[in-house]
Amino acid sequence: MRKIRVVIAKPGLDGHDRGAKVIARSLRDAGMEVIYTGLRQTPEQIVEAALQEDADAIGVSILSGAHNHVCPRVMTLLAEKGADDVLVVVGGIIPDADIPRLNEIGIEGVFQPGTSMQSIVDFITTHVRAGARQSPPAS
Amino acid sequence: MSVASKSATGGTGAAATAAGPARDTRPLYDAGDLADLDYARDLADPGAFPYTRGIHGSGYGGKLWTMRQFSGYGTPEETNRRYRELLAAGGTGLSVAFDLPTLMGRDPDDPLSQGEVGKCGVSVAALPDMERLLDGIALDRVTTSMTINAPAAMIFAMYLVVAERQGADWSRLSGTLQNDILKEYIAQKEYIYPPRPSMRLVTDVFAFCADRVPRWNTISVSGYHIREAGATAVQELAFTLRDGIEYVQYGVDAGLAVDRFAPRISFFFNAHNRFFEEIAKYRAARRLWAHVMRERFGAADERSWKLRFHAQTAGVSLTAQQPYNNVVRTAVQALAAVLGGANSLHANALDEALGLPTREAALLALRTQQVIAHESRVPAAVDPLGGAYFVESLTRELEDGARDTIDRIDALGGMVPAIEAGYPQGEIADSAYRTQQAVETGEQTVVGVNRYVDAAPPAVETLYIDETAARRQSERLARTRQTRDEGRVDRTLDALRRAAAGTDNLMPPLIEAVRAHATLGEMCSALRDVWGEYEEAPSV
Repeated sequence: MRKIRVVIAKPGLDGHDRGAKVIARSLRDAGMEVIYTGLRQTPEQIVEAALQEDADAIGVSILSGAHNHVCPRVMTLLAEKGADDVLVVVGGIIPDADIPRLNEIGIEGVFQPGTSMQSIVDFITTHVRAGARQSPPAS
Repeated sequence: MSVASKSATGGTGAAATAAGPARDTRPLYDAGDLADLDYARDLADPGAFPYTRGIHGSGYGGKLWTMRQFSGYGTPEETNRRYRELLAAGGTGLSVAFDLPTLMGRDPDDPLSQGEVGKCGVSVAALPDMERLLDGIALDRVTTSMTINAPAAMIFAMYLVVAERQGADWSRLSGTLQNDILKEYIAQKEYIYPPRPSMRLVTDVFAFCADRVPRWNTISVSGYHIREAGATAVQELAFTLRDGIEYVQYGVDAGLAVDRFAPRISFFFNAHNRFFEEIAKYRAARRLWAHVMRERFGAADERSWKLRFHAQTAGVSLTAQQPYNNVVRTAVQALAAVLGGANSLHANALDEALGLPTREAALLALRTQQVIAHESRVPAAVDPLGGAYFVESLTRELEDGARDTIDRIDALGGMVPAIEAGYPQGEIADSAYRTQQAVETGEQTVVGVNRYVDAAPPAVETLYIDETAARRQSERLARTRQTRDEGRVDRTLDALRRAAAGTDNLMPPLIEAVRAHATLGEMCSALRDVWGEYEEAPSV
C-alpha cells in the first residue's frame, strides 16, 4: 500500500503556524507523506498543490475565523477539478456553530483545540482508506 | 540538542537550555545553592542596578501595574464601545487589537482580506477609522498600546494625526507601539517587507519619537508570541533579549546615541503555567538587560538599564474543553506576573480558545487582575520572593541558559542573520513538537484535555463575528476614496516612495499621507514597490 499523501495548508492572512507544523510532523511520524504549503495560500493554490502532489487528503489550519470563506471555496474547486475524492479536514479555532455547515459541504473532520494528534492520524487513515481511492499502488 | 526526559535535571548549561517540556527542578533547594550569591552584585535593592528585584524602589507601592486589556473586533465603533466599557470598569489603559488585514497592511476591499475583516481585531484602513476608534477618548490622558508591527509606523502616523486633531500635544502622548518586526519573522509571521528595510522603519520610529514624542514607548520587544509559538521559558527569554540587542545595535548603527532612544524600549513577556519559572524569568530578564545595556552598549543613563515590561497570560494554555478552568489558569499566571514585577498586565478571557472574548468574559478577566491587586495584598511587598533559595536558583538558571543562546546568536552574526538562517524558527518548532508529544503521552497534564476529562462539559457563549463589519468597512473605504483629493494622495505616496528609496526618516512622509487620507494598504504598497515583500521558505 502506498503511503497516504497529505497536503497541510495554511490559508488566509494569519501567520500562526504552530498547529500546522505540529500536525505536519505528527502525520509524518505516523508514516504519511506530508507536503506543507507554507503561509498565506489561496484556496486555488491549495487545490493546485493537492492535485500536483496527488494528495489523498488536505489538512487546512485556520485560527482566524476565515474558515467559512476558505473551506467552501476549497470544496468547490476540488469538485470542479474532479478531485472530490480528496479528503478535506480542518483544524483550528472553529466555533461549534459552524461545524454543521462544514459537515454539509463535505468536511467531516473538524478538529478543535485540544484534539489529540493521534485522533487526527486515525481519522485521516480511516477515511482515506474507506474512501477506497483508486490510485495506482506505489512501488 | 537532546530531547528532555522526565529524568532531566535542572542546573545551568546544557540541561537548562534544552528545549524540553519538562525542565525539571529538584525537590529541595537550600543555602548551598546560593553560597556564591552576592546581594549587592546579583540582586541589589529594588530600584538599584541590576534591578533583579524590580525597577522601582517602592515596587507597586507608588503605582500599581497598568491593567491593560487587549481588545478589538469588528468596526471601529464597536471597539470604541468596548474601550469605554473597560475604562468605565476600572481599566487603566487601552490596548488595541487590529484585525489581520490591518496587521498585514491590506485594505478591507483587498482580495486577500476576504473573510478576515474585523475577525481577530478591529479594522482600521484610514484616518477616519482611527478617529472613530478613539472617539471621545482623550489621548493626552489615556495611555494606549497598539499591537501592530509590519505597518506600525503607518498606524502610529494615524494615531498622531488623531491626537493633533484632538488638540493633544505630541510631547504629552504616552503609550506603546509594539513595532517588533523581528519576532514576526521568528514566531507570529505577520511580516510584509524583508528584515533589513523593516529594521529601518523601526529605527525611524526611534529617531522620530526621540525628537517629537518623547514619552512614547517606541517598541515592545516581545517574547509573548515566541512563547505562544512553542518556545520554552529560556528560549523566550533568550530570543527576546537578543531581539532587543539587535534593535539597540541597529539604532546605534543608524547614528542615534544609545541613551537617546534606549530608555523608551519596553518589553512584553508571556505569563505561562510554571509559576516559579515565570517569576524567575522576569527577574532574570531585568538583570540580563541591565548588564547588556551598561556593558555591551555603554549606556550611561540608568533609564536605559531598566527593563520595563508588559505581561499577558498564556493564550496557548487555554483550553476549549472545560473553559471555566481557564479562569483559574489565568489567575495563577497573572499572579506570577505580579510577583515578577510586571509593569502592565493583560489577563486572558476564559473563552479565548473558542473565539474572541464576550463582554462578560473580558470583564471577568479584568476583575481577576483587580482581585490580585486589591484583595490578595501580594503587591504590598516589593519582590516578596527575593532571596528564596529556589527562586534565586531558578533566576540564575534562566539567566545562564539565555546567555548561552544569546552567545550562539552572536556567533551567527546577530538576530537578522540568525532569522535568515532559520535558527530561532527551527528551535521553536522543535520545542512546540516536544510539548505536543508530552501532552499526547500524558507526561504533561492538561486538566480537562488529557486528564480529568468530562463527558459533557458546560457550553459557554462565544462572540460571533459575521461579515457585517467587512461590508461596512469596505463601503466606508469607498466613501473615503470618493471624497478625498486624489492628486494630494498620489503626491504624498510618491514622496513616501522617494523617502523609502533614500535615507530620510519615513515618519514625516507617512504623516503627510495619513493627512491626505491615503489608506493603510496604499501606504504599505508604496513601500512594497520600493522594498519588495518577504517570503519564508516553508519548512516543517
